[in-house]
Amino acid sequence: MKYVSKPVRKTDAMALVTGKPVYTNDLAPKDCLIVKVLRSPHANAWVEEIKTGTARQVGGIVAVYTYKDVPQKRFTLAGQTYPELSPYDRLILDRHLRFVGDAVAIVAGETEAAVDKALKRIKVKYKVEEPVLDIHRAKDGEILVHPEEDWEAKVPVGADNKRNLCASAVEESGDVDKVLSECKYTVDRTYHTKANQQAMMETFRTYCYMDYFGRLNVVSSTQIPFHVRRIMGTALDIPSSKVRVIKPRIGGGFGAKQTSVSEIYPAFVTWKTGRPSKILYSRYESQICSSPRHEMEIRVRAGADENGIVRAIDVYTLSNAGAYGEHSPTTVGLSGHKSIALYRHTEAYRFSYDVVYTNMQAAGAYRGYGATQGIYAVESAVNELAHMMGMDPVKIRELNMPVQGGPLPGYGDCDRAESCTMDQCMERAKEMMNWDEKYPCVDLGNGKVRGVGVAMAMQGSSIAGVDVGGADMKLNEDGSYTLGLGCADMGTGCDTILAQMAADCLETSMDNIVVFGVDTDISPYDSGSYASATTYTTGMAVVHACTELRKKICALGAEMLGEVPEDVDFDGAFVYSGDKKVSLKEIAVKGTCGNNQELQVTRTFSSPISPPPFMVGMAEVEVDKETGSAKVVDYVAVVDCGTPINPNLVRVQTEGGIAQGIGMALYEDVQYSPKGVIRNNSFMQYKIPSRLDIGDIRVEIRGSYEPSGPFGAKSVGELVIDTPCPAVTEAIYNATGVRVRELPVTPEKIAMGIIKNNLEI
Amino acid sequence: MLKIKSYVKVKSIAEAYELNQKKSACVLGGMIWLKMGGRNVSTAIDLSGLGLDTVQEREDEFYIGCMTTLRDLETNAALHEYTQGAVRESLRHIVGVQFRNCATVGGSIFGRYGFSDVLTMFLALDTWVELHQAGRIPLAEFAKQKKDRDILEAVIVKKTPRSSVYLSQRNSETDFPVLTCAASLSEDGARTVIGARPGRAVIVEDKEGILEGFSEMSKKEKAGAVLGFSEYAAEHTAFGSNMRASAEYRKLLAQVLVKRAWESLGGIKA
Amino acid sequence: MNVSFWLNGEYRHEEVEPDTMLLNFLREKGCYSVKCGCETSNCGLCTVLMDGRPVLSCSVPVLRAEGKKIVTMEGMQKEAEEFGSFLADEGAEQCGFCNPGFIMNIFAMERELEDPSEAEIREYLAGNLCRCSGFVGQTRSIKKYLDYKRIQKKEEAEA
Repeated sequence: MKYVSKPVRKTDAMALVTGKPVYTNDLAPKDCLIVKVLRSPHANAWVEEIKTGTARQVGGIVAVYTYKDVPQKRFTLAGQTYPELSPYDRLILDRHLRFVGDAVAIVAGETEAAVDKALKRIKVKYKVEEPVLDIHRAKDGEILVHPEEDWEAKVPVGADNKRNLCASAVEESGDVDKVLSECKYTVDRTYHTKANQQAMMETFRTYCYMDYFGRLNVVSSTQIPFHVRRIMGTALDIPSSKVRVIKPRIGGGFGAKQTSVSEIYPAFVTWKTGRPSKILYSRYESQICSSPRHEMEIRVRAGADENGIVRAIDVYTLSNAGAYGEHSPTTVGLSGHKSIALYRHTEAYRFSYDVVYTNMQAAGAYRGYGATQGIYAVESAVNELAHMMGMDPVKIRELNMPVQGGPLPGYGDCDRAESCTMDQCMERAKEMMNWDEKYPCVDLGNGKVRGVGVAMAMQGSSIAGVDVGGADMKLNEDGSYTLGLGCADMGTGCDTILAQMAADCLETSMDNIVVFGVDTDISPYDSGSYASATTYTTGMAVVHACTELRKKICALGAEMLGEVPEDVDFDGAFVYSGDKKVSLKEIAVKGTCGNNQELQVTRTFSSPISPPPFMVGMAEVEVDKETGSAKVVDYVAVVDCGTPINPNLVRVQTEGGIAQGIGMALYEDVQYSPKGVIRNNSFMQYKIPSRLDIGDIRVEIRGSYEPSGPFGAKSVGELVIDTPCPAVTEAIYNATGVRVRELPVTPEKIAMGIIKNNLEI
Repeated sequence: MLKIKSYVKVKSIAEAYELNQKKSACVLGGMIWLKMGGRNVSTAIDLSGLGLDTVQEREDEFYIGCMTTLRDLETNAALHEYTQGAVRESLRHIVGVQFRNCATVGGSIFGRYGFSDVLTMFLALDTWVELHQAGRIPLAEFAKQKKDRDILEAVIVKKTPRSSVYLSQRNSETDFPVLTCAASLSEDGARTVIGARPGRAVIVEDKEGILEGFSEMSKKEKAGAVLGFSEYAAEHTAFGSNMRASAEYRKLLAQVLVKRAWESLGGIKA
Repeated sequence: MNVSFWLNGEYRHEEVEPDTMLLNFLREKGCYSVKCGCETSNCGLCTVLMDGRPVLSCSVPVLRAEGKKIVTMEGMQKEAEEFGSFLADEGAEQCGFCNPGFIMNIFAMERELEDPSEAEIREYLAGNLCRCSGFVGQTRSIKKYLDYKRIQKKEEAEA
């Protein structure tokens, strides 16, 4: 193969590194109205009266909209396949404001200055009510986040708005309590993860315009163009056929843009006024009213026998949906499904959960999607179990990890791990980290100690039986190809890796393939770029489309040669039969003249299974025993993503995911005031890692071959954020004896923990 | 968004002072803070044309113009040498080079911000501020005052022979500090400053004279004095809580950083 | 108010509002490489060179550019391609949104630091955030690029 498994440069790379205008706001027409949203200062309030008269009088103001002006049909902003598992609990503007930052009014004007002035002039009388800001008080509490009668769960997910429940369920197999009671060693621990912001560098942004057919065109920085098309139709109460969505280059997403955060506002303005408009979320808005990671509190009970075999796991997750339910019934599932399955000998398990509404910022999708929280909890519990047994945490994993052909308890999306090199990942990680020398810690003698920690992780590759990938492969007149895609490259490089696959399938050069995406009018349907689906699902669609196109090329070539298709071959440049041959170019030209056979194939692919990628992460953390400062000096990651289609991109994905995970483990935290105001409302107050915070990250690939995937590939994008939280916290424990069960593990928590331990001794 | 009605690049400090007497006027520093607020400024006063943007080394002092950028302060070789690297250490964590190329010494000091590394550092030196109206006053005095309409022209550091050290604790490398600590030792005695408490930096008064005669102490005496003083400093400084850390942790940190600072100045540990 | 300065080698006379920041002005004039990632001077995406020094264009009023030489990536296309190819060969450009500000600061670093160590590189560029790459791929590309430039310089000196 010429391209697959090669570190090919991203096809858009040179445009990006030279700063070309390729992002949403670079492309927006200059005459766009500026759209901004008035935000609620209260966590739970009702608009009693809203006066917009003086705001409308500001020069340059074109429209001011309130709850009185918008359609009264509820919808969800979650980018999910219809019918969405997220409840229909939103209006574009609602009288009931459910968190600080909720939308009160929309203002559109000719200039930003005019809009800012008008925003200040809107007079609102609020009826302020007490908010529910504690996940423990939400379920069956007196304050209801969604008391409205028209709240609707399209799919039964155990939701009940009159109980503040966004989802609830119990899944079990075997008698967990009985097996746990038989285990020689058991732990029962509760772990708490906080909301985190995806913090992609490009904030949410959208511009809209009407075209000559009277249709609404939405150009947006999104991971879900086709879902946005449907959501706009539902929210605006217009046929989706009136909506076209285009995705330019995106400045990062990480799941944030799997929720339609910004689109409805300019879409509504343009639909109403007929004028082009745009919204650019400030970083402030991106911090306080977007779609961060779900806060979760996870109780894990796990038991092992005297030989270190993990026999039972019981996971209960309490997840915080915030004010609206986007992705809430689904993220929680991964907290159990992707964590329990890491222990193949598990005879009995239980996974139960409650997802509660609160008057806090609505959560959404963030890389890892619940698996990050669940794996942190279960991997930490297993580490604690190992220490209780006096067993090396690597050893307990070697005894229990998933193996090729082995079971995945509670996973549900495939019975067995058809492709799995977790054992090799562990072996190699151990070597790279020099684990046996370093475990549990090395005292540097200067008040600093270096501890090491380990964790395993798995994710999925697409949502089994749901996600749909689409590819459209066309032979052009000049012998080049156009690959039409509906998935959304958000900087990850899927446009490139899918072209790599296509080039190898068609035995042509990548230069000969133009990649096009995404325009919902033209692109083949694709559910979008999320759930670690693109490489696997859209990749298979590409492979199938190319295979079929080869047949068509052969058929036309055969006809030109006066042969039957069965007797010809295609080598990428010629269709030939014995000595007779006709070039691809000639076939392409023939395709445009007196031709009745289309040289274009669209293929759709959906997988009934979701084969998990696997990895091992090991952290070496240096802790200052007096100040509690902890720095990850080295991180080792060995990944089984099946066949790595582009090893460079796999590596950078892994490095980036680990850096984000380190931020989550050590300092990223969305904090609230007692009244529900977010304190970390900027990059000054919400610190993501800088390059001074990240030590070495060393990545290796131990790829298996996934029979159901394109060229044997599985996913990698989400998996890689799952190991830092458990590995880093374990390393800190091994360095200091301090076990912190609430993220982030700040220097204060470590230092105070050391003091407490010293007092107890 | 910040709104500025008129912008005056002044020809003299006197002109700046006069313009600044209006409450809605504002002297521009590095614009980092100012631009974040939604202030309506009637007259923005720009001092950048007055040649006050350099560090001048004079015979007995450093004369640091108010418009000197933090980056110029950081890379000034003479100051670096005079403070044994402490000035550089106090600056290098502040966001990034581009930020420090914008932020000014005048802006940092005049703001008297609680989190200020710069204020902590300069308080540990024999530092004065030159104000147009009030003249030269010690920084320690200025730091306690409320903001007024005077114009800060320069920061002056007297070149008293002195050894100094700067330490800070941060949750992440380029974040605001959770605690800052600067200390210096000269013939006049020992000086210790604790900042980001999170309140404004203060000089810790050694009322019990624990560090008196520090230079003449034996190594063992020094170690005892350092331990004693670090505990004293933590006990006699007020700390508060904010989103970055609790008062209790800051107190603990103060003890650790003060101890480390004096161990370093006393040559006890590397 | 009137202001005159050099923008990417062209001397310009402009009329601007007193509160117009360089970032907004530059984008209005078509320098779309200059991005905004925050409002609090923390991300480094808006970095441009002012008289050769890297500054945050979000924090510089246009009036402060009077008489100065402002350079954005639009004015350094050849250099951007040269370094950018090293970044692209690591796959570390990723979404690309932070690239222009980051690369402009590398050019400033090249001018200011001689043979920087990895620690010095990290410190100089600490004000340039990136959420995709985890930074280590960026560091690899910078080291390779600087090595390449060193060899190139040596060869030029010898020739």
